[in-house]
Amino acid sequence: MSRLSNDTISMAQETVEELYKDIERSIRSSQPGLCPVDLAASFIHLSHARSCGKCTPCRVGLGRLEDLMNSVLDGKATMRDLDEIERTADSIFRSADCAIGSEAARMAIKAVKGFRDDFEEHIKNGRCKLSGFKSVPCVAKCPAHVDIPGYIALINAGRYDDAVKLIRKDNPFPATCGMICEHPCEEYCRRTMIDDAINIRGLKRYAVEHESEIKAPACAESTGKRIAIIGGGPSGLTAAYYLSIMGHDCTVYEQRDKLGGMLRYGIPSYRLPRELLDKEIEGLKLTGFQTITNISVGTDITMDKLRADYDAVYISIGAHTDNKLGIEGEDAQGVVSAVEMLRGIGDGQMPDFTGLDIVVVGGGNVAMDVARSAVRLGAKTVRIAYRRRKADMTALAEEVEGAVADGCEILELNAPTKIEKTDDGKVAALWVQPQIVGEVKWGRPAPVNADAPEVRLACDKVLVAIGQGIVSGHFADNGIPVNRRKIATNEQGAFEGIEGVFSGGDCVSGPATVIKAIAAGKVAAANIDEYLGFNHEITSGVELPPVRLSDREPMGRVNMTERPASERTKDFNLMEYPMTDQEACQESGRCLQCDHFGCGRMKGGREYKW
Amino acid sequence: MVNITIDGKNISVAEGVTILEAAKSAGINIPTLCYWKGLNEVGACRVCVVEVEGLKKLPAACNTPVEEGMVIKTNSKAVREARKANVQLILSEHDCQCPTCVRSGNCSLQKVAENLNIIDIPYEKNIPENKFSKTFPLNRTDSKCIKCMRCIQMCEKQACSIWDLVNTGSRSTVGLARDLSLETSDCALCGQCITHCPVGALTERDDTQKVIDALNDPDKIVIAQIAPSIRTAWGEAFGLSPEEATVERLASALHIMGFDYVFDTNFSADLTIMEEGSEFLERLAHKDESKFPMFTSCCPGWVRFVKSHYPEFTDNLSTAKSPQQMFGAIAKSYYADILKTDPSNIYCVSIMPCLAKKHECAIPAMNDACGDSDVDVVLTTREVDRLIKSEFIDPSSIEDRELDMPLGIGSGAGNIFGATGGVMEAALRSAYFLVTGTNPDPDAFKSVRGTDGWKESSFDINGTTLKVAVANGLGNADKLLRAIKKGEAEYDFVEIMACPGGCVGGGGQPIHDNVEMAPERAPVLYDQDAKSTLRFSHENPSITAVYADYLGKPLSEKSHHLLHTDHHTWKMPNE
Repeated sequence: MSRLSNDTISMAQETVEELYKDIERSIRSSQPGLCPVDLAASFIHLSHARSCGKCTPCRVGLGRLEDLMNSVLDGKATMRDLDEIERTADSIFRSADCAIGSEAARMAIKAVKGFRDDFEEHIKNGRCKLSGFKSVPCVAKCPAHVDIPGYIALINAGRYDDAVKLIRKDNPFPATCGMICEHPCEEYCRRTMIDDAINIRGLKRYAVEHESEIKAPACAESTGKRIAIIGGGPSGLTAAYYLSIMGHDCTVYEQRDKLGGMLRYGIPSYRLPRELLDKEIEGLKLTGFQTITNISVGTDITMDKLRADYDAVYISIGAHTDNKLGIEGEDAQGVVSAVEMLRGIGDGQMPDFTGLDIVVVGGGNVAMDVARSAVRLGAKTVRIAYRRRKADMTALAEEVEGAVADGCEILELNAPTKIEKTDDGKVAALWVQPQIVGEVKWGRPAPVNADAPEVRLACDKVLVAIGQGIVSGHFADNGIPVNRRKIATNEQGAFEGIEGVFSGGDCVSGPATVIKAIAAGKVAAANIDEYLGFNHEITSGVELPPVRLSDREPMGRVNMTERPASERTKDFNLMEYPMTDQEACQESGRCLQCDHFGCGRMKGGREYKW
Repeated sequence: MVNITIDGKNISVAEGVTILEAAKSAGINIPTLCYWKGLNEVGACRVCVVEVEGLKKLPAACNTPVEEGMVIKTNSKAVREARKANVQLILSEHDCQCPTCVRSGNCSLQKVAENLNIIDIPYEKNIPENKFSKTFPLNRTDSKCIKCMRCIQMCEKQACSIWDLVNTGSRSTVGLARDLSLETSDCALCGQCITHCPVGALTERDDTQKVIDALNDPDKIVIAQIAPSIRTAWGEAFGLSPEEATVERLASALHIMGFDYVFDTNFSADLTIMEEGSEFLERLAHKDESKFPMFTSCCPGWVRFVKSHYPEFTDNLSTAKSPQQMFGAIAKSYYADILKTDPSNIYCVSIMPCLAKKHECAIPAMNDACGDSDVDVVLTTREVDRLIKSEFIDPSSIEDRELDMPLGIGSGAGNIFGATGGVMEAALRSAYFLVTGTNPDPDAFKSVRGTDGWKESSFDINGTTLKVAVANGLGNADKLLRAIKKGEAEYDFVEIMACPGGCVGGGGQPIHDNVEMAPERAPVLYDQDAKSTLRFSHENPSITAVYADYLGKPLSEKSHHLLHTDHHTWKMPNE
């Protein structure tokens, strides 16, 4: 007999490992609108299957917890059973010997706390409270509800003009979104259950790049109604575009030199080339709306005057002011806010960072944008100081990776404490206090000071990218509800008791994504149209190709590729390569066509108009 | 054209047709269960799956279009096994109480299981609990529902969307979209969910025992009224054509059963024309004080719909009662006088193609004749067929029997009340006479006929142009009301029937899976009208008599009391 043997993995265990991966992907792509109580009961069941069976609370208790939840689901429970669920879960949580039992119980406790009303609806009315089951996950998750399976099918059929036309029914910025959309649509993509989400953004970009020309959409007969739109960013321009198609006379007031808002003044051109943005905006203007630039509402013209002169006003001023660090030395020369720096770049004023040492403060996408821009502006070193871990950054993982590849260094767990100045008031260094990752608060581990001395980061400039604020004072002064600088609308983008004024985009939500701003513009257009007494319908008129049959065999996702870092960091030109024809054909063929298969077929699968 | 091969046959079919249709054209039948052409092509039951060469997955034939070069097998091993397994799975959740199910013998699940030679179910039964009360005119039995989704689709088509797919996962089922009970929902009671249900999950409330009890009661004079559309359909359950299954044959069967008198709702349809037509002319004469358009009020499903969905149009409804209720009111007043009996001795049974009539007769205010309900009970066509069967009457071997008088005579105009456009046409025939004093050509207004969902016409009567519209199916009614509301449409007089095609397609009519019956039944009524010697409501001798002897004239005080109603005396749950 040998004393020891090498571990080998059994076929069964190997298969289970695979199943774990399957279920992980499957859960990740769960669509919204499922019965939360049913899901909770299933999770308890799964946890129970993982119990080793030694201890009472876990071996027996999880089973009883599941029974109780099932009795709730079957409409057989009483309110007392709900208390029983909580009591049982609490004792399992406290008395289980290991985490298998206690973590399962914690889920039950969280469930009852988080959706108690759903439990109660099952108990009292024998049904699920759920609403908003959406049959097509990507469309549901897209804030603008773009007909994604529709345009992917059109791309697959080689009908690129129609694909873009279909996108423009819900989103007039297909070129922009093809480049920089955060693609929440991909998050719940059902294809993830098989292998990986469809590269929806990449396909959109491909469609736009193969569009023959942007044609002026047909506008409805003039209504004679006049609408003022304050702010020429994605939200304002979306509203102007759709309202113009509906036959209304729109004027966009833009305080800067050019239209585009954060698309121009927040996003560097290596991610969104200016000529592409300009072309997109020119395309939007084909609908005939007027634009007045270099005019600031509140300074050059008042809100009252606009309300008097127009039938409706849409406020979409975005979030363009910078947040301050609030530390000693912030007034040093060379402390630049991200907003300020990107705005200058947007207007074509490129600062020269040649040979400079730069420290960027922040962990969001904007921090990555300024860091990567700094590299392109010739900086000698670019370091990104962030008080949490790299893993906790709010920036997209691909942006963080890109920044690192571009040569930026990430100094995680370093909280800025002060800025050291030279005698003549210039930045000499950023001092940071090393952190240690701590307890999880609000879903993210909060950093706390480590038992270590402060560190001096010698540098020439500090670029501050820790969020943006909203300049809403003038509107507040004119009776528009404002809550912590955000404009406070209802869900329809309107205000109770204030006739004819609507608002949306970053100035309502706080700094968010371009697609959310576009969605808000779409909502505003519909509700302004209705407020003015119309019911114009926006349609695409595009007929979709027949459904494709497929066995849904696993197939890898086509990811976007980029110019090599050594090359792309030398200029501000687009860094991402397009999809090839071969890639687009394969990738579009991976789409599961949830508009046809599954519940999509029954619930119509798509909205042909709005 | 697209070239395909099905079960070895090479055929050429039009582009875009489904595998199911293509197979049918080649004489190959693919079994279906949830499918209803044009209404429910969702591929939920997975019974119609087929094998397509090159694919491991089996697509549903009902919603998969053919492609050039497709090679299809409808009877491969995988197809046979999947079909059988899916039906067995459905059966494992279906409470197979076939002997006591009203759909036994006319059940799509029974039929497909039989056709697939399924003689056992390998799965443990898991029957859902029944959660619906049996008191509402529409009953749902959860334990029989096979979640085909047809009712959801139909209800959406009827612009009501009472039904929806509720819950998710293993507890997904068909349930009420918003409300806690049918009683508190906006259900119009059109009954279309029943006539589109493949099994016995949706049924009318069975009121046959009430009728049997009345027949057994020696103190009751049991009378029946038969709605126009019944004569197009009641014989279907016995394999009889409308020519054989006449209203007189039905009258005969009812007499055998023990009914004392059998009358015709066509009579009170004529009465409706007199009252509603006069009301319309009265409204025209006082245009400023009246709401326009005037809506017909003879369809209680429509009345329920307008009250719950468009309450602001309630006053546009004619105040005239429906023919059913006019009949009841006259039976328990005028006819009780003729019989010289206490009206409360009369038990008034109404044979209707309709569920909403079951609700209508129970409206407390419908008691104008003597304080009791003017109509005591409503049986659907299906219920009356079941009664005939339970009495072991063979309708094919009994003699016709004339309807009783005086309430057993109706005009051809009353007869066409059972089809969409019929009320409008009948009203225009008599309105023309009332205005001009002469009869028009009885076919002068035939442009309002036909199964189009929303028809409009203009007619000149004595220099006045009348703009009328006719809609059938509540989805079309919804569109029409929305257009009127928005000012996109303007009419003087509008007829609406809740069911597709009107009462001939009513929710209480015999059920034929996957066939909309209205287009087949409506011509029967028009044929009978064309052959009738009496084609104008105002010429019905019994109508002349009831006015001369009892009511005085249309819109008289007595007419108002007995034949008109205030639609505000009752409310819909969410009104």
